[in-house]
Amino acid sequence: MCLRTVKIVTLLEGGEIVSNAILMESSADNIDFMIHGIFSYELFGQTLWITTSHVCILIVMLVLLVFAIAANRKMKHATEVPDGFQNVIELIVEKLDGVVMGTMGKVAGPKFVNYISTIFIFILMSNISGLFGLRPPTADYGTTLALGLITFFLIHITQFKNIPLKQIWKDMCSPLPPWLPIWFPINLISEIAVPISLSLRLFANVLSGTVMMALVYGLLSKIAIIWPAALHAYFDLFSGAIQTYVFCMLTMTYIGQNYDAE
Amino acid sequence: MNITGHDLIMACSAIGAGLAVIAGIGPGIGQGIAAGHGAAAVGRNPGAKGDIMSTMLLGQAVAETTGLYGLLIAMLLLFVQPLG
Repeated sequence: MCLRTVKIVTLLEGGEIVSNAILMESSADNIDFMIHGIFSYELFGQTLWITTSHVCILIVMLVLLVFAIAANRKMKHATEVPDGFQNVIELIVEKLDGVVMGTMGKVAGPKFVNYISTIFIFILMSNISGLFGLRPPTADYGTTLALGLITFFLIHITQFKNIPLKQIWKDMCSPLPPWLPIWFPINLISEIAVPISLSLRLFANVLSGTVMMALVYGLLSKIAIIWPAALHAYFDLFSGAIQTYVFCMLTMTYIGQNYDAE
Repeated sequence: MNITGHDLIMACSAIGAGLAVIAGIGPGIGQGIAAGHGAAAVGRNPGAKGDIMSTMLLGQAVAETTGLYGLLIAMLLLFVQPLG
């Protein structure tokens, strides 16, 4: 396959709008898995773009917001014996509570259960949105880097809150005694690598699924009739759910470390 | 047929992208080992199947990261074209 035949609609190509499509539509002569700019604006001399990622993230947030309002309305008139929709809400909340409390323990669990549940549902919905023809917002490095940085700051804020400075210094010089900080730079790098690896893992997984689905639809357009559903089930549902679980699990473990030391 | 410098760089980038995804071998072996030990553990202790499955999947997803780095390099070489 020659590279030129694949017409890749690149983001911000020469500052012009290439496509207005928000939904991903791959065909034989247009394999489309890139982020498209929708419109640009100037801010402090910089050209910034509203891209499909922003639109898709807003759609995901809107869906979650509608769900949250519906759930809130339902739980205000909660009955003793749950029925229908109330069952679903209680199941979600109980499962998330169970996972967070099981990993973080009794001290840190109640403090972070809201945050972890929020990012869990958000990342899960973002990954699954590929199933509905949107470009998953988590296949944009901006989204996952933001999530990784939130985790990074949470780790270090809880660390400075809960662990005395002397102990932190001792941990940073870990294999050698604290008066010989030769190992300090290496530990520093491993601390900085945490948000990078967290965000790249999520990003690359979702991106690889998106690219492979676009290639299947683009290169096999004549025979891609029903069977890509199986690939969607793997790349969007299974891989998306696993990566969501991994992201939340690692966030919980990293934050939980700072509470175990007490 | 004239081959310009840009064409040569693109061709070499494609070869480099192909070489970069060889990184998938390592995680493949690692995930296989993890799955094998998981199966052995379930055979020894079928009651703990849920815990073993979730631990195994977590470990495999983390081990997959190195392979995905290779994939990222390939993607960068092909579509962002930092050299061309």
